[in-house]
Amino acid sequence: MDVGFSSLRSEAVGAMRMALVSAENLQLTLKPEPSQEEQALTHNKSSIKETHKAGNEDLKEMLESNKESLKLEAMKRVVGLISKGKNASELFPAVVKNVASKNIELKKLVYVYLVRYAEEQQDLALLSISTFQRALKDPNQFIRGSALRVLSSIRVPIIVPIMLLAIKEAAADLSPYVRKTSAHAIQKLYSLDPEQKEQLIEVIEKLLKDKSTLVAGSVVMAFEEVCPDRIDLIHKNYRKLCNLLVDVEEWGQVVIISMLTRYARTQFTSPWKEGATFDENNDKAFYDSDSEDKKDTTEAKPYIMDPDHRLLLRNTKPLLQSRNTAVVMCVAQLYWHVAPTQEVNIVTKSLVRLLRSHREVQYIVLQNIATMSIQRKGIFEPYMKSFYVRSTDATHIKTLKLEILTNLANEANISTILREFQTYVKSQDKAFAAATIQAIGRCATNITDVTDTCLSGLVLLLSNRDETVVAESVVVIKKLLQTQPTQHSEIIKHMAKLFDNITVSMARASILWLMGEYCDRVPKIAPDVLRKMAKTFTAEEDIVKLQTVNLAAKLYLTNSKQTKLLTQYILNLGKYDQSYDIRDRTRFIRQLIVPNEKSGALNKYARRILLAPKPAPVLESSFKDRDRFQLGTLSHSLNTKAAGYQELSDWPAVAPDQSVRNVEVIEPVQEWAPSVGKTKKSGKPKSADKFYSDDEEEKEAEGSESSKDSSSSSSEESGSESEEESSEESEKTSSDSGKSSSGSEKSSSESESEPKKKKKTKKAPQKKSKSPAAFSDSDENGNGPVAQASSSSAESSSGSETDSEDSDPPATPQKKKKKDVKSKPKAEVKSKVEVSLLDLVDFSPAPTNAPKSSVISSSLLSDLEGLSLSNISSTMQVTTPSFGPVKTYELLHHMTGKGLSAKYHFPRQPCLYEPSMVAVQVILTNSSDHSLEEIHIGERSPAGLNIHCFNTIERLEPEASVTVSMGIDFSDSTQAAHFQLCTKEDQFSVSIQPAVGELLMPSSMTEQDYSKEQGKLLGMNETSATITMATANTSRLAISKQVLSVCNVGEVPSSQNTVHRFAGRTVNSGALVLVCLELKESSTALLTINTEKSVMASMLLRDLKQPLVQA
Amino acid sequence: MIHSLFLINSSGDIFLEKHWKSVVSRSVCDYFFEAQERATEPENVPPVIPTPHHYLISVLRHRIYFVAVIQSEVPPLFVIEFLHRVVDTFQDYFGVCTEAAIKDNVVVVYELLEEMLDNGFPLATESNILKELIKPPTILRTMVNTITGSTNVGEQLPTGQLSVVPWRRTGVKYTNNEAYFDVVEEIDAIIDKSGSTITAEIQGVIDACVKMTGMPDLTLSFMNPRLLDDVSFHPCVRFKRWEAERILSFIPPDGNFRLLSYHVSSQNLVAIPVYVKHNISFREGSSQGRFDLTLGPKQTMGKSVEAVLVSSQLPRGVLTANLNPSQGTYTFDPVTKMLTWDVGKINPQKLPSLKGTMSLQAGASKPDENPTINIQLKIQQMAISGLKVNRLDMYGEKYKPFKGIKYMTKAGKFQVRT
Repeated sequence: MDVGFSSLRSEAVGAMRMALVSAENLQLTLKPEPSQEEQALTHNKSSIKETHKAGNEDLKEMLESNKESLKLEAMKRVVGLISKGKNASELFPAVVKNVASKNIELKKLVYVYLVRYAEEQQDLALLSISTFQRALKDPNQFIRGSALRVLSSIRVPIIVPIMLLAIKEAAADLSPYVRKTSAHAIQKLYSLDPEQKEQLIEVIEKLLKDKSTLVAGSVVMAFEEVCPDRIDLIHKNYRKLCNLLVDVEEWGQVVIISMLTRYARTQFTSPWKEGATFDENNDKAFYDSDSEDKKDTTEAKPYIMDPDHRLLLRNTKPLLQSRNTAVVMCVAQLYWHVAPTQEVNIVTKSLVRLLRSHREVQYIVLQNIATMSIQRKGIFEPYMKSFYVRSTDATHIKTLKLEILTNLANEANISTILREFQTYVKSQDKAFAAATIQAIGRCATNITDVTDTCLSGLVLLLSNRDETVVAESVVVIKKLLQTQPTQHSEIIKHMAKLFDNITVSMARASILWLMGEYCDRVPKIAPDVLRKMAKTFTAEEDIVKLQTVNLAAKLYLTNSKQTKLLTQYILNLGKYDQSYDIRDRTRFIRQLIVPNEKSGALNKYARRILLAPKPAPVLESSFKDRDRFQLGTLSHSLNTKAAGYQELSDWPAVAPDQSVRNVEVIEPVQEWAPSVGKTKKSGKPKSADKFYSDDEEEKEAEGSESSKDSSSSSSEESGSESEEESSEESEKTSSDSGKSSSGSEKSSSESESEPKKKKKTKKAPQKKSKSPAAFSDSDENGNGPVAQASSSSAESSSGSETDSEDSDPPATPQKKKKKDVKSKPKAEVKSKVEVSLLDLVDFSPAPTNAPKSSVISSSLLSDLEGLSLSNISSTMQVTTPSFGPVKTYELLHHMTGKGLSAKYHFPRQPCLYEPSMVAVQVILTNSSDHSLEEIHIGERSPAGLNIHCFNTIERLEPEASVTVSMGIDFSDSTQAAHFQLCTKEDQFSVSIQPAVGELLMPSSMTEQDYSKEQGKLLGMNETSATITMATANTSRLAISKQVLSVCNVGEVPSSQNTVHRFAGRTVNSGALVLVCLELKESSTALLTINTEKSVMASMLLRDLKQPLVQA
Repeated sequence: MIHSLFLINSSGDIFLEKHWKSVVSRSVCDYFFEAQERATEPENVPPVIPTPHHYLISVLRHRIYFVAVIQSEVPPLFVIEFLHRVVDTFQDYFGVCTEAAIKDNVVVVYELLEEMLDNGFPLATESNILKELIKPPTILRTMVNTITGSTNVGEQLPTGQLSVVPWRRTGVKYTNNEAYFDVVEEIDAIIDKSGSTITAEIQGVIDACVKMTGMPDLTLSFMNPRLLDDVSFHPCVRFKRWEAERILSFIPPDGNFRLLSYHVSSQNLVAIPVYVKHNISFREGSSQGRFDLTLGPKQTMGKSVEAVLVSSQLPRGVLTANLNPSQGTYTFDPVTKMLTWDVGKINPQKLPSLKGTMSLQAGASKPDENPTINIQLKIQQMAISGLKVNRLDMYGEKYKPFKGIKYMTKAGKFQVRT
């Protein structure tokens, strides 16, 4: 065996050396010789067989058989052995042969085994390495990842170079999963060989730049493990990490936040000294606002608080809502250690919520609350009742709650708390009852008003039947009396009477001490107690004996006449006591008090020594000194420094250079913008009705971009400052009057002199509508939720109309009518809502417009005609579109339709049945194996929906399809038309949701007519946005193609090359829709839409923007 | 981070161990056993125990201790939360999380633990990702596997792992698309001797079971979202949407999940659904005690109170209880001194009562505390806070799902002090 081993070893070592040169080479050397490996293994196995006659024979045989199932079975049993902690290392050779198995489960189990025993059988483990190296090049990312995972878990020092190479390669892998694995592998390699630190830091540095949320958590973990002091690596990635945080998986969030807490404490100045850091003006703006988001708008001001500091706080706040308790706790500690004092209280609610969780979670959270509540009573006081103890709580939970209640006690709530404590004292859990008594003692010393009440309450407890309760009371009373001994001789007498019944030594000792200390107040009783003690001295506990000696000495000094003999007797007993403590004490006391020739000078001072007034003990919380540890850490929980604990540094007096965090390359900021909730744009199915979310994100990205700009360039700052202020003011007024925030947008846009901030110009013309901009804006200033909490969009849009009424008198008559019209559908919505209270009736979404009955819309039409359509030029007429790419939508999938599938598209032809309808072509296909009969349209909703149905199809053969035309009156809204598609047997609910562009029909006009009409539709009726065009889209052809693909409009001939105009009318009401795209320098363009259908305009704008911006 | 994991049953046997880094001897658990001995009750074992070289962090679920071994500083909640997630996963996979179930499925357990942690750092904890990696064992699958030789282990990287919606698989298909939501509220209350409420609050959760094809995007809105004071979401919920509009907008995970848990703002007065009239007394010098308990409905909004279960830890001195229930059955465990009365439904016409005597240990003195009464109950079709779901809409898919919502009120930690 030895020979086999050593040859094998030298061979393997040789192979490893070669691997240093090239990993490929190693594969070549190992691969062609499997037979030799096999031989070596069999050799090994047979020799082991001889030495161990264990019952693993059958397993070995199974592992060596040819049948996969047998091998798998054997491996399962081996894993069973490992799980029980039994030694299965002798099977190593037999197991490791299967490492290259095709069966994935078998392979995984071999991995489990390998990782467990490789450390013990290093030489044999080397045989498996080539398999992993091969797998590292596998096209399947999962296989690459797993191979690296196992390879790096094999703790064999000799493969360190291979591991390092593999890690470096994986760190540059295309798959984020593999990169994540490499981040994990860094830690493993570091623990195996700390000398690789420098190389590993390089990899960490590279991975820190990674933009994948998957990698972020793991690489920060590696950073914390390998080089937590290299804070300089973080600078450039700080903003990215903050922005990615919401999307990182929850465990990564915890690690990143803890790291950022330390980072913030070293890089920013303290926000706690308000007076010093904020000038008054800013201060006010800062703290008067009640919403966090609003502060962001003022970010551009020359704050001392670093914008990056604010960024961290802002981006972590939503995580307080996480379901993961560790994340919530981590954010809480971040706020505690890093946020301005005024903002810490936002975490309390979330922390209290965690108390509903499991017992262990409660334990940790309560510990942290205990520490917090010592320093900041106020923030937890409103939640006092959440800390009331229940009889079912575990003892350590009860004690912690008690601790917190005691911390929270103040003059105002002490009576409530004491009443609660009275119940606890009677608890069956005596340890808890004792803790309560101590808590009462602490309350009594902290709040002088109740000291007497507490004291008398405690005295009552002295007659309690339970000894621990009594003993604890005695101890606490002793401490209390010490603070104010003058008036309480009665209590001391009472305790002396109890002395005979108390057996707990601590309590007995306390009483003896009290007697001695205040023997002048109870001159008659004290000697008697001493007499009793002399009788039982030998049987007492040490602590009681010591106090007896003390009492004797004090009495000897004050009342030597009565007690001289007693004292001498006790001192004699003490002299021969078994405990040397007591013998020492006795000897000392004797020399001190009994005058003799040798005693010398000390004797004179005996009185002053023994009867000196003693300072009262301070009753303190056991959590008093815990704040030296960072909250939420293991060290805090244990109150000792745990291995690897990193001190939280103090704030620097002067902030280090902020510019280190600037990233030179302008990154695509949109990507890192905090997304709505947890979803990103790409992950969101883009349906027409979810029109706001996308836009919102973009807006936000812009917002953060602009804030970044402003923080770096000071020239812009001053400009934006005035702007912000004015918008703030107007926000206030608008919210005061209970209107929607659109008013504020207007005034803010007015205050602007030039379109410096693109987003503002975009916002302004949209103010009439509940537009995307309005949404995102309200997001920012925090007023939005109030105005828009109601889901009825009609309400808020009419609300904003009222708003604009005041400011825009000429438009009043028209709008008033419109408002009247709109108030009706609003009522409709309300009543429908009521219906759906009890059960969730399927309710059609009304994302933009309230449902209008045709009656209303026609009356609206006539109104509008009277007002604005009276002088339409005769040259304008509806035309058919020149071309249009046809998009097909699925109406019914054949799985849900039991074989019947339906698709539809908008042919963009004028509808034959009624001019106000949109033509829809439906292709019905029978993909079942039997023919379908009587296909027709059944019930529809909303009830007023005007659909022209196709004629019933009598019979549709298998695999046959038929195209039918329908007409649907969408009333110019994107509200979906729901109806039932019925066959003879079945009914399927389907809905057609028109894209806004399909609600139009093209209209042709001359350029003059266009400008004339456009002139009529200014102000409220104009919606515009500046977009950055993809370069491919700048040609006339491309633009018209893109626009026509989105909406059914006609091109208007244009004399300018840079201006592209399109015109259309809404199908139902015939309102004009004018689209104008004006190309500007450097591939930006101004997209303007003029129409009185402002909701439509904003949707159209959004729809148009997308294809034009896209490359 | 997490070095090793030991599973210890109630009788103190280590029945499973798993190491993610180098092996830690199981003798480290001796420190745990020591702490266990010191604690009088299983719940009193401290969750964090320091030992000379390691730290032990444990959770107790289903009478199994999950003891994690830590070597250096780590947020303890991180470990605790993870351990609970492990238990939840086991429960999800095996239906129950008992010693027997874990032992029977030890291979799956090992495979799971292997995937959940890499070098002690959580790797995949999302249930749907794990289920793609390792399929839960079912009888049918085991049979198929033995015949065909296929395995439970997936060969591809789960799609969720890389997507922005890691909680949802792609390619989900159902013939019946359905979404059920259970609004369950729990009343936590402490009622004092005289029947007045000391503290009462409502905690609620919305549990969902969504079985829908494709990638549905759901929005759920409430009639009265202002009731919700503090909320925590499943990661799928878009936080911004909630902040701005108080609407829950989300792409749901496939299957069962907890969408939301919330706390109802404390300003609202909490309706207490039942009252308890009690007269429990021990006379000095006598070895007899009286026990008299009557339950009645209080503020139930016309709904009936069901599944009422009363339990009380009687003082240690009580030997036996001889009681007579007007309805339901009662048991008294003479060892733990736990009295349980399964009342069932409360009939307002004929109030349930439990009357009788308790006999005390001879010579034992009168207990100075009266027992606390814990009550469990259920009220169907009502959320006690008045929370109502307004509507549920689906976007992104064409079919029309079946939607259902159920309300229920339960007693949480509902205690009556006597």
